[in-house]
Amino acid sequence: MNEVQPQTSATIRTRSTFWRRFTRHRMAVLGAVILTLLAAACFGATLVAPYPRDQQDLLLGPVAPSAEHWLGTDELGRDYLTEILYAGQVSMLLAISVALIATSIGVLIGAVAGYRGGWIDDLFMRVTDLFLVVPAIALLALALQGLGHSPLAIIIVLSLIGWTYIARVVRGQVLSLREREFIDAARVIGATDRQVLVRHVLPNLGGVIAVNVALAVAGTIIIESTLSFLGFGIQPPESSWGNMLSQASGLIGTPKVYLLYFPGLFILVTVLAVNFVGDGLRDALDPRSTASSASSRGYS
Amino acid sequence: MLRFASRRLLYSLPVLLVGSFLLFWAVRTVFDPLLKLRQVRDPGLIARETERLGLDQGIFIQYWRWLSGFLTGDWGVSSRTSGSVRPMIGSALTVTLELLVWGLIFATLAAVLIGVWSAVRQYSVSDQVMTGASYLGLALPAFWFGLVLIQVLAVWPQQALGWDKPLFFFVGLSSPTEDPSLVDTARHMVLPVLTLTVGLVAVWSRFVRTSMLDALTSDYVRTARAKGVPQRQVIIRHALRNAWGPLITVVAIDSALLIGGLLVTEQIFSIPGMGRLFLDSLLSGDVFVLLPWMIITGVAVIVLNLAADIAYGLLDPRVRVA
Repeated sequence: MNEVQPQTSATIRTRSTFWRRFTRHRMAVLGAVILTLLAAACFGATLVAPYPRDQQDLLLGPVAPSAEHWLGTDELGRDYLTEILYAGQVSMLLAISVALIATSIGVLIGAVAGYRGGWIDDLFMRVTDLFLVVPAIALLALALQGLGHSPLAIIIVLSLIGWTYIARVVRGQVLSLREREFIDAARVIGATDRQVLVRHVLPNLGGVIAVNVALAVAGTIIIESTLSFLGFGIQPPESSWGNMLSQASGLIGTPKVYLLYFPGLFILVTVLAVNFVGDGLRDALDPRSTASSASSRGYS
Repeated sequence: MLRFASRRLLYSLPVLLVGSFLLFWAVRTVFDPLLKLRQVRDPGLIARETERLGLDQGIFIQYWRWLSGFLTGDWGVSSRTSGSVRPMIGSALTVTLELLVWGLIFATLAAVLIGVWSAVRQYSVSDQVMTGASYLGLALPAFWFGLVLIQVLAVWPQQALGWDKPLFFFVGLSSPTEDPSLVDTARHMVLPVLTLTVGLVAVWSRFVRTSMLDALTSDYVRTARAKGVPQRQVIIRHALRNAWGPLITVVAIDSALLIGGLLVTEQIFSIPGMGRLFLDSLLSGDVFVLLPWMIITGVAVIVLNLAADIAYGLLDPRVRVA
């Protein structure tokens, strides 16, 4: 069976075009740099963090930001910057896992529904209709109340509810791709459905998929923090940016209110950076689309 | 029009039915409706209640019993408060609708103003500031924004100026001691409405900007300008009228998001609406409140989507509803 191999020169040209387009998006480059630094600081926390993890200083208690403690300390005298860096590991790992799993599920279902059509597609559309009718946050809270609040349960539930958006996008793309000549050509030379999907359809979805992973990472960080605030997220003593925020939410009007600002700022900066990278990816991989990240999100 | 509306509603019925059955099944699997009674040392009680509620029958029969009760107005009794479910949902819905209506009005107006302003002055400083602001609005966790708002707009000014009351209240939707007045309501409403709508304004204003830019560069606007129509009229009568359509569609699509936002907003500001009711019921496993809650929000989302389609048709005669 003949497979059409991509030409090497073409691949190289595409790659250099990608970098040229991506780097032209200055905010995307800035976002990528910030993300790299943040990730390095969080995952290298054992080296970077100013104090050992969970080192309490009960005599010191909570102090405002100072030269010794850049972001201050919490009630137990723990250095807040150290806590935030370690919590960032959990938030980032969770967001990346959910983004990858939800996108994989969505791409698989969307591609099959769009390619096969018929009753599979009808069933798919009805199922996503269900998801559109109920507020995602209510569904998530319900599921997590039933399954418990372990990081694994949170990853599973967020993935199982977050796949619908990318699935709809992929379905739409596949619907138009499957009418193209190169797909006909592949079928004529005897490629099976699976071969057509994997070798010919999927490579054309690279741009959409990459952008969606970025958006899903951003969406997951925000939704995890919101679930934590409502009491359904990651539970102490395990810490994430979301539950640090929710623990500090009672401090409004007290002198310790600074504890509320910092985890939120870390979330804000991370999500902004991810969104910019997503925009850059979209411009670089899918130049026809001009929508900004402000017009498409994971959990709607 | 009527035929279109009724067909759409009929079409959404199976979605609601299947959805409510799945929820019924999920809620029945996760929660034990007799949890409270299990502590009572009376083995006969559990058996009697199981018998009375039909819990020993198949899930389909149970669902049918619940559904027929729901449709005939018998919504059961809350296991959390032991009160009747219907008045509970009724009063929560009244409170929430007030917040929701103000939120929708504010978010739409703000999005249109920001979007039109940015489009008319494309690439100006104010356009870029608003673009930046919309990126920020999208990257904020809404509850954090709400909490920071309380600190910055209510607590700080009060502490700094030594007032005995903050300028904007952040508990409930009215003061219990005072007669309800417009000023009092407004002072309670500002922070919750901002919290509820920050993300939506960020997204919607981008939509208005994009569709305004499309409209402003189109031929009919050029024609209007060539005829000597003043700028203000060109923007409002010609361009904006065409920009409304896409916005209304987005508003409808985001209605589930808006209702989800109530959970957070009502939690922060202690507002006794649907969002709080959902969380309280969920934490205590109150099946008889959760199910009607889901159905009502589902119906609300479907009706809003339908209303948007009809409004789109009215605003844009090119879209023919058939």
